[in-house]
Amino acid sequence: MQSPETSALSLGGAFAAQFRRHLKVLLASPSDALNPLLFFLMVVTLFPIGLGPDPERLAVMAPGILWVVALLASLMVSARLFGSDYEDGSLEQMALAPQPLAWLAGAEIMANWVVSGVLLSLVSPLFALMLGLASHAIPILVLSLLMGSLSLVLVGAIGSALTVSIRRGGLLLSLLIIPLNVPVLVLGTNAVTEAILGGNSMSWLALQGALALFGLALAPFAVAAALRISLDS
Amino acid sequence: MEHLVARNVCIERGERPLLANVNLRVAPGEIWQLLGANGVGKSSLMRALAGLARLGVEGTIERDSSVLYLAHASSIKRHLSAIDNLRWHPSCAIRDDRQAIQYALSEVGLAGFGEQPVANLSAGQQRRVALARLLLTDARLWLLDEPFTALDSAGCEWLEKKISAHLDVGGSVVFTSHQPSRFAGRQQDLDLGRHAVA
Repeated sequence: MQSPETSALSLGGAFAAQFRRHLKVLLASPSDALNPLLFFLMVVTLFPIGLGPDPERLAVMAPGILWVVALLASLMVSARLFGSDYEDGSLEQMALAPQPLAWLAGAEIMANWVVSGVLLSLVSPLFALMLGLASHAIPILVLSLLMGSLSLVLVGAIGSALTVSIRRGGLLLSLLIIPLNVPVLVLGTNAVTEAILGGNSMSWLALQGALALFGLALAPFAVAAALRISLDS
Repeated sequence: MEHLVARNVCIERGERPLLANVNLRVAPGEIWQLLGANGVGKSSLMRALAGLARLGVEGTIERDSSVLYLAHASSIKRHLSAIDNLRWHPSCAIRDDRQAIQYALSEVGLAGFGEQPVANLSAGQQRRVALARLLLTDARLWLLDEPFTALDSAGCEWLEKKISAHLDVGGSVVFTSHQPSRFAGRQQDLDLGRHAVA
C-alpha cells in the first residue's frame, strides 16, 4: 500500500488539528456543551420568581445577575476541561508532542471557549430581554461576555489543570478560580451598568480586552506547567 | 546508534522507592520486554522511558526523536469515529490520509467500522483502533504498555507479526506484557523484579 510519508505538523497545523479534534469531541456530546446554557437559562428564569416581577428592579440588577450566572456557568466548563483527556491518555500524548504543551492546551481552551463562551455570548440577548435589560445595553453585554468569557475559560483552565489528577477536585477548583474571576466580574458588570446609564462603556471594555489578551498570552504556559505537575503526580 | 539508552534509572512513587539502577540499551532491530509482578513499576518505568514522568525519576534517559508511546489508556475518544480518532496523534507524526487510515483499519480487522463512534465498539476493537496507529507512523522506537491486553488470539497474532515486521526494517520495541516470550529467540527480557526496592 502506497501512502504518503508522515511528517511533523507545523505549529499552526498542530494547533488546527488539536482545535478541530477537541471541537469534534465537544460537539459529539452536545449535552456537555448545552449544560452551561441550560444552567444559565434556569437560573435567569428563577431570579424574577425570587425577586418579584418588577421590570425596573430586574433591569437594574440584570448586569450583576447575568455576569454572576455567567461566572457560575464557566465553573461547569472548567470542571470538565481536561478531565476526559487525563482519563483516556490524550493528555500524555499532548505532553509528548514535539509542539509545546502550552500551544496544544491553548487549542483545547479555545475550542472550549467557542462552544461555551461564544455560544453563551450569542444567546445572552435572549436572557437579557427576560430580565428587562435596556436594549441599547445589549450589544455591550454581548461584547463584554465575549471577552470576559475568554478570561473565565483561561482562568478555569489553570484551575482545571491543577486539579485534574485529584478525585473530586471540584470544590478545590471553585476555591481556586472564583477569587481570580472577581476582576472579570467587576469589569463586565460595570461595562453593562455604564451602558444602561448612558455612559461610555469603552474604558471598561478596553480593560476587559486587555485582561483577556493578558490571559491569552500567559495562561497557556501556566496551564502547561500545571498539567505536567498533574501528569507527574 | 541506540534508539534508547537508560543509565542507572531509579524511580520513586510518592515517597516510596520503587526501582533502582535500571540500565537498558535498545539498538535498532531489538525488542525488549519489561517483566515483573503487578505493581513492580513496569508502567512507571515505561512512562519514564517515554519522557512523561520526571518527578521521582533519577538517572539518564536518552531516546530517539521518533517515538510512539501507546499507554494502557490509549488516547481514544469514545464519542469520535475510528477515522477521526486516527487522524491526529499529537505525540508523533501520523498520516492524516483517509485512504491510509481505511487501510490501517482493515488491517486490524475493522474495515467498515471507520465511521462508527468508538463507543459502539467492544474493548478489544477499541484497542485495535489504538493499535492501527502503528501502521500510520514512521516512528522508529515503539514503547508499548500492555499492547496485547483485550486482544483475542487473532489480534495477538496480528500484533506479533506487525512488531516483527517493524524490527525487520530496523525499528525497535520496548513492551510490557504478562505473557513471557512472545518473540522467542528474538526478544530480550529486563526483569524488574531484580531492580525492585524492597
